[in-house]
Amino acid sequence: MDVLKEVGNIGAGNAATALSQLLNKPIDMAVPKVQLLPFEEIADCVGGPEAIVLAVFLRVEGEAPGNLFFIMTPEAGKKLLKRLAGIEVEEGDSFNEMEQSALSEIGNILAGSYLSSLADFTRLSMTPTVPGLAIDMAGAVLGYGLLQFGEMGDDALLINTTFLEGQYEVEGQFFLIPDPQTFAQIFEALGVPLEHD
Amino acid sequence: MIEEKSIIKVGMADLNVSTSGGILRTTGLGSCVGLTLYDPVQKVGGMAHVMLPSSAIAREGQLNLAKYADTALPILLNKLRELGASPLRLVAKMAGGAQMFTFAGSGDSMRIGPRNVESCKEGLQQMNIPLIGEDTGGNYGRTVELDCTTGKFTIRSVQKEIKEL
Repeated sequence: MDVLKEVGNIGAGNAATALSQLLNKPIDMAVPKVQLLPFEEIADCVGGPEAIVLAVFLRVEGEAPGNLFFIMTPEAGKKLLKRLAGIEVEEGDSFNEMEQSALSEIGNILAGSYLSSLADFTRLSMTPTVPGLAIDMAGAVLGYGLLQFGEMGDDALLINTTFLEGQYEVEGQFFLIPDPQTFAQIFEALGVPLEHD
Repeated sequence: MIEEKSIIKVGMADLNVSTSGGILRTTGLGSCVGLTLYDPVQKVGGMAHVMLPSSAIAREGQLNLAKYADTALPILLNKLRELGASPLRLVAKMAGGAQMFTFAGSGDSMRIGPRNVESCKEGLQQMNIPLIGEDTGGNYGRTVELDCTTGKFTIRSVQKEIKEL
């Protein structure tokens, strides 16, 4: 797990740099959590299955396939839009088409930089697909990323990274859920034998 | 007399049953389907949070039968029987099966919501259980409840009004 934590750290480091360049502000990043979690508890990481989240989803293709989510609260999304694009969003959880498109693009940039550093580090090809955006219940959104796991078991590997932009408190989380058969590949690429139980 | 109602949580890839006085609830259904069976005479109900359409694709050792549409239904039926339900009186209601994300590319997994719905319907048909209420599809998440006293099926979502089936 330490190796994956390191991988998550490096990915998040690059994404944090990308975000701080976008915002022209220093960004802090919390040490990522790497956990094997039951499905039920994954949504708890973002406030429970009914919490409303803003999620950018990318399917990762290549040698190390998986699902990548960038998740924010709608509030954080509004702050990000304001700071980045000068867009003032009204109260409530709805975003218009242009706002959604801007958020999707921001998520795409962050996820892309996260992914490319992971790919560099592991020397495994990881290609992002076109991002999808959803603003909905966390359970409904994240459930989609667990389908590959659904075929294997009831737990999923989660690499969870949190961002914090100092006083503005723009917070976001990366959830990387590698496909079950991908672990071995990632470990092997890092030169660490995968322990079998 | 005011009856104390207890909420029984049904987790992801999980199922549960209850008698009168209980409310079965599952939260945050996306492409998953909340499938419920109810016996209006005996007032017992069951709910499954179905994640995948068929257990044929399962690669896990110990199969979690609640997870697949084709295996969850028979278990639900058995558990309801144990509570005194008659298979002849059971009626089904379900919700979920959304497509949470739209992409340019489309694979089989992209259609998982509609496939879950189809598979649940097939299963119900095979068991001759009528589907009397349905709120499926779309691109939004749902939280559903089955009131085992009344058989009322309630659907909540983020942007839409509360719906009752």
